[in-house]
Amino acid sequence: MSEHDHDHPHAPIADGDEPATAARARALAELLIFKGVVRREDVRQMIDWLVSRTAADGARLVARAWVDPEFKQRLLADARAAALELGLDPGPSPVVMAVENTQAVHHMVVCTLCSCYPRALLGPPPDWYKSLPYRSRAVSDPRGVLTEFGVELDGDVELRVLDSTADIRYLVIPLRPPGSEEMTEQLLAALVTRDAMIGVAQPVAPTPASVQ
Amino acid sequence: MRFGVGERVLIAARAHEGHHRTPGYLKGKVGTIEHAHGAFTNPETRAYGTDGLPEQPLYLVGFLQREVWPEYRGRADDRIYADLFEHWLAKAR
Amino acid sequence: MERAVHDRGGWSTGSAIDRTEHELADWELLTDALVGALGREGVMNVDELRRGIESMPRDAYERASYYERWLYSLETILTEKGILAPGELDQRVAG
Repeated sequence: MSEHDHDHPHAPIADGDEPATAARARALAELLIFKGVVRREDVRQMIDWLVSRTAADGARLVARAWVDPEFKQRLLADARAAALELGLDPGPSPVVMAVENTQAVHHMVVCTLCSCYPRALLGPPPDWYKSLPYRSRAVSDPRGVLTEFGVELDGDVELRVLDSTADIRYLVIPLRPPGSEEMTEQLLAALVTRDAMIGVAQPVAPTPASVQ
Repeated sequence: MRFGVGERVLIAARAHEGHHRTPGYLKGKVGTIEHAHGAFTNPETRAYGTDGLPEQPLYLVGFLQREVWPEYRGRADDRIYADLFEHWLAKAR
Repeated sequence: MERAVHDRGGWSTGSAIDRTEHELADWELLTDALVGALGREGVMNVDELRRGIESMPRDAYERASYYERWLYSLETILTEKGILAPGELDQRVAG
């Protein structure tokens, strides 16, 4: 049900009109390459980088922090440097800041103005993170949002929401779950989800019955 | 950097035509400096094709949620934080 | 004070948060990569991308998908810079 404004220089934007938009994006890319504004090889490299990004890198940072208190302090002081220490790509942001969940404090991250997100370490942001309802309510009703995501904080836990309005990218170090004390770093990393590092989930250790 | 950690600051409520990164819900609110990030290129000028220099001081500023939202549902000590440039901040009275 | 179209903190939509996820389509990856390549070449920066998105009329902003907004911004900013002639992309798509 889109309205086409023929005076408007842009293509009509219509829900579900993916083939038209896809064609337009491709045409733009070819035009810019043809004009020598960008190089095809650079575009390919960017795509390769984008598809290489997953939350596994962020999970490695968290797992290391859980088992190594001195690394955790370095991570909290400068997450960008801590990522480089583990051979990870922290991405183009000049500052990455890790914030730690404790028994007293739970953190949650949003970008109300657009979609800023530590994607080098977490992969591309999920659609809901970029959505208008999340961008609206993560700041005004974060406890309601957490309830929707299935997180119920203990009664005395302070909730801190971080709105990424500038060049700093935020990563949540979730609480290490009870029952994980005997787990290796590698197994711990598998417990750390993307959503936990955004702050809308909490890692859970497998129950004894489900462990080999 | 003009402000120190723990200082209370008032976020300017001025209208700003053009690109800026101070969210509307924080304009006119009072917060506390949580962290001084140092200086960064200015998105307000960089958005118009300049290099965004000189770099501008940037702070992580924290606010009590109950002071930001009249109908906030949560704990009295819940907080919201945003990264704000110094030129949007004034010492709060 | 009236909010700019992108300034969404506390701006109620009445909608629930839809947690459906989708893999990025090829054209979305391409759009993202174009912005990255343009940044690397010093042609257009991320603040300009955001400004372009913020210039969308409100109904268009709300109806557009995430990368449709990026595409809109690319066209706006690159036309502004004279890298695209007005209507040039339309011609290319049609031709």
